[in-house]
Amino acid sequence: MIGPALNGVIPVICVTLAGLACLLAEAFRHKGERMPIAGLGLIGLAGAGISSVLLWGRRAESFGVVVADEFGLFISVVLIGIGILTIVLSPGVLEREGLPAGEYYGLVLFALAGMMLMAVANDLIVIFLALETFSLAVYVLTGMRRDRLQSTEGAFKYFLLGAFSSAFFLYGIAFIFGLTGSTNLDAIGTAVAARAMSANPLLLVGMGLLIVGFGFKVAAVPFHMWTPDAYEGAPTMVTGFMSTAVKAAAFAAFARVFLSTLEPLRADWTPVLWVLALLTMILGTVVGVAQNNLKRMLAYSSIAHGGYLLVAIVAANEVGKASILFYLAVYAVTNLAAFAVLALLSEHDRPCEDLKDYKGLWHTHPAVAALLTVFLLSLGGFPPMAGFVAKWYVFSAAVRSGEYALAIVGVLTSVISVFFYLRVVVMMYMTEREGDEIVPRPSRTAMAALALSVLVILYLGVLPTRMLDLAAASISTIF
Amino acid sequence: MAVVPLLTLIIALPFAGALLLLPVGNRDNRRERFFHVAALAVSLVELALTLVLWTRFDATRGDFQMVERIEWIPAFGIQYALGVDGISLFLVVLTGFLTPLALLSSWGSVHRKVKEFCFFMLALESAMIGVFLATDLFLFYLFWDAMLIPMYFLIGVWGYDRRIYAAVKFILYTMAGSVLMLVAILSVAYLHSTATGSYSFSYEALLALNIPRALQVWCFLAFAVAFAIKVPLFPFHTWLPDAHVEAPTAGSVILAGILLKMGTYGLVRFAFPLFPDAAAYFAPYLAVLAVIGIVYGALVAMVQPDLKKLVAYSSVSHLGFVVLGIAAMNVQGLQGAVYQMLNHGVSTGALFMLVGMLSDRRHTRLITEFGGLKSVMPRFVAVFMIITLSSIGLPGLNGFVGEFLVLFGAFRWDWRFAAVAASGVILSAVYMLWMFQRVNYGSVTNPKNEGLKDLSAREWWALAPTVAMAVFMGVAPWIFLQPMKPAIDRIVSRMADAQPQRVVSAVVGEMDQVSPQSRGAGE
Repeated sequence: MIGPALNGVIPVICVTLAGLACLLAEAFRHKGERMPIAGLGLIGLAGAGISSVLLWGRRAESFGVVVADEFGLFISVVLIGIGILTIVLSPGVLEREGLPAGEYYGLVLFALAGMMLMAVANDLIVIFLALETFSLAVYVLTGMRRDRLQSTEGAFKYFLLGAFSSAFFLYGIAFIFGLTGSTNLDAIGTAVAARAMSANPLLLVGMGLLIVGFGFKVAAVPFHMWTPDAYEGAPTMVTGFMSTAVKAAAFAAFARVFLSTLEPLRADWTPVLWVLALLTMILGTVVGVAQNNLKRMLAYSSIAHGGYLLVAIVAANEVGKASILFYLAVYAVTNLAAFAVLALLSEHDRPCEDLKDYKGLWHTHPAVAALLTVFLLSLGGFPPMAGFVAKWYVFSAAVRSGEYALAIVGVLTSVISVFFYLRVVVMMYMTEREGDEIVPRPSRTAMAALALSVLVILYLGVLPTRMLDLAAASISTIF
Repeated sequence: MAVVPLLTLIIALPFAGALLLLPVGNRDNRRERFFHVAALAVSLVELALTLVLWTRFDATRGDFQMVERIEWIPAFGIQYALGVDGISLFLVVLTGFLTPLALLSSWGSVHRKVKEFCFFMLALESAMIGVFLATDLFLFYLFWDAMLIPMYFLIGVWGYDRRIYAAVKFILYTMAGSVLMLVAILSVAYLHSTATGSYSFSYEALLALNIPRALQVWCFLAFAVAFAIKVPLFPFHTWLPDAHVEAPTAGSVILAGILLKMGTYGLVRFAFPLFPDAAAYFAPYLAVLAVIGIVYGALVAMVQPDLKKLVAYSSVSHLGFVVLGIAAMNVQGLQGAVYQMLNHGVSTGALFMLVGMLSDRRHTRLITEFGGLKSVMPRFVAVFMIITLSSIGLPGLNGFVGEFLVLFGAFRWDWRFAAVAASGVILSAVYMLWMFQRVNYGSVTNPKNEGLKDLSAREWWALAPTVAMAVFMGVAPWIFLQPMKPAIDRIVSRMADAQPQRVVSAVVGEMDQVSPQSRGAGE
């Protein structure tokens, strides 16, 4: 037995095994035979969830490159939640689109495994490895509908630019390795702090390259070019998955590397991230206003939310440092659920993506309309939804750090974003239905999952204390 | 804390009632009547509760009473803190008073999606009362924002032709103002943490804070803009005519009757006492805007062809009086301002109901479409007359007391403001009486008006309380003024304490009051 060395990666192993099981099940499935493949994925995720909870507070280390501290586990649990929600909401969509279930679930699980590894990785090489693992899976998921031009185009763009940014990232690692002699985050941190290397331009170059790599993955402006096309082209469920899970994983590593390892260089990276945050918030919302396609609009809104998360990193301080974790958790649930509604209302040959498709939805689907309204209002930051508390937290951190400009731009862009979220609400509630196409009714399971998301959103919006404390305790392990 | 958390109960009851309505099925609108009655019942119970609150209120105290305080988000020192004083008490009662009337007045006009309509009305009532009772700034902001959602739906779904435009404009305007207030709230709380070591959003704790002048200026501006948009103070008023005109009758009643008061309430409660130095500095500017609003609103109201728009612009004018009273920063001014808030709620609420009743009958609100209603609908016109006079400020009716106090307060500060504002009183008589004459007097010129029915029993029930209230508040103002006096004294003394060297004012001389002008001049 390898023994305790494996402890830190047990959740990752659970998810990987479940992914393999899904692929095998697909291979052994007879044509037309129905098989509860999704169940396999859920079992794996449940195992990962339980093991994450058991690992809590133990700081299990594996092979010297993985540290399952509370920060990583918090993100892992968020990722597991995203995974469970994705898998529960997917079956109807897969059947409708004729996508191969085994491959789909397998890829989702492999991607999750990579992301979870990224969250607990304590070594730049492992972070890169994890990044590539989940990126490859997500590229394929994006292009899963091979018969669609858009899907292929999105996947191709994503892949090309993604590969390019990975090279940047790797180059950055090389620079930092060359200067500090290690890829281990702790060792780098010590070296950077001890030798006061902020004057060394090569280190700054390496750091800048890392920012490019991370910025690409979190879709920060100006590295966001791929986002709208990839998000629009991907099957909607996948869009929901990648807009939340990829961001969560990338931000986890982003925060770990910059808030912990490169903390001594804070004065150097703050201005860069400050500009990125500002641009991301502004562009995401302003361009979002111009969208008539709901999927594209949510894509831009995800970009804007990335900007708020960047604000949380820039403003991270003793009081507000947990805001990034809280925001990520809230954003993940809300955004995924919003995309899921789009996916559930679409049909194979008639996507329900245009704003006008939502005309009068209230009259035919009152429950779905109400759920979507809650998600959108939460994204817009209305109380008593969780989005309000999350934004409050981020902006209070910004004010606390004296970043008034970021806070003011943040609140103003939230107002602008409310405009486009409300456009959907206007369509659903305040206009009459045109045409007689029948919009499909989501299955009971899917509705239950969405209703559960609403409960989570309201719970976190009204009684956020536990989650806030948990987030604060978690991030204390790295910063 | 009291044995029964009365304030929480008052906030929660309408929303709880609204939630209970939701699962009831309403296929093909078959249960329309049930929902109307149920919502009315809930709001009547709520009214009873607010009256209980009034009877248990200790009129001799100026601080918050029946305080409820529970740790909510300890990491930020956020508390679930409620309290009532002489200012908020009557606004809560006003909310309890107007909501059933608004619901009752909607029976004739709302036939579509009645369940949802009642849900949003009741949810709105909860949020509005929450705004008035919250004594923690986080909680206040939460209710302040949450209130927008039901109002947005009320305008957007049940409104008239341009409802979507009006609803979106309403919500964006209000939000744009309030988010800056959010930043200001955060900076004050941050200041509290640097001064005392812990975050706090508690109103009382922040009052005790010594906020430096520079920060006061920015924070006051952020608060004042948020509230000025809500009031709405000229030049932030452009959302109001749209929202009022497009909203359904019940929405207009609530909007004019209560929502606008949240802006002036915010000024009285938060902006002025929290940042007294900045308030003293900016008070003359606010007063100028208020006076412009008074005259401008009146002039624009005069030329409106649409009854609802006329009433909407008259609100701009009337709310100008309220802001002027607040800016005077003395007891009379503030008392008049708060009293005028109540008056305006009663009389403008009633005016909107009256216009709504005409519009239910004729589906038009153009003044030229009417004329000579006196011979067709005598009872309706009688009520209309009393309310019109109350709105003008005829002595013996409620409007007079408020306007008189405001003008008195303004006069003690600077007679020029009072002089210009007084012209608003005359102008209001011009536009209201002229409108009244064109609608009700003369002979029936439009044959469509010949067969109009007079007030039904339901409409009578919706209007009678407002008429009774208008008379009652006009002849017995002390019933309202006395309980609010201690709270107003407290706010005035708070503003005076901030700069003790200015207590002796050259303008007022023997009076123990502060003249904001002298403060402003001292800058």
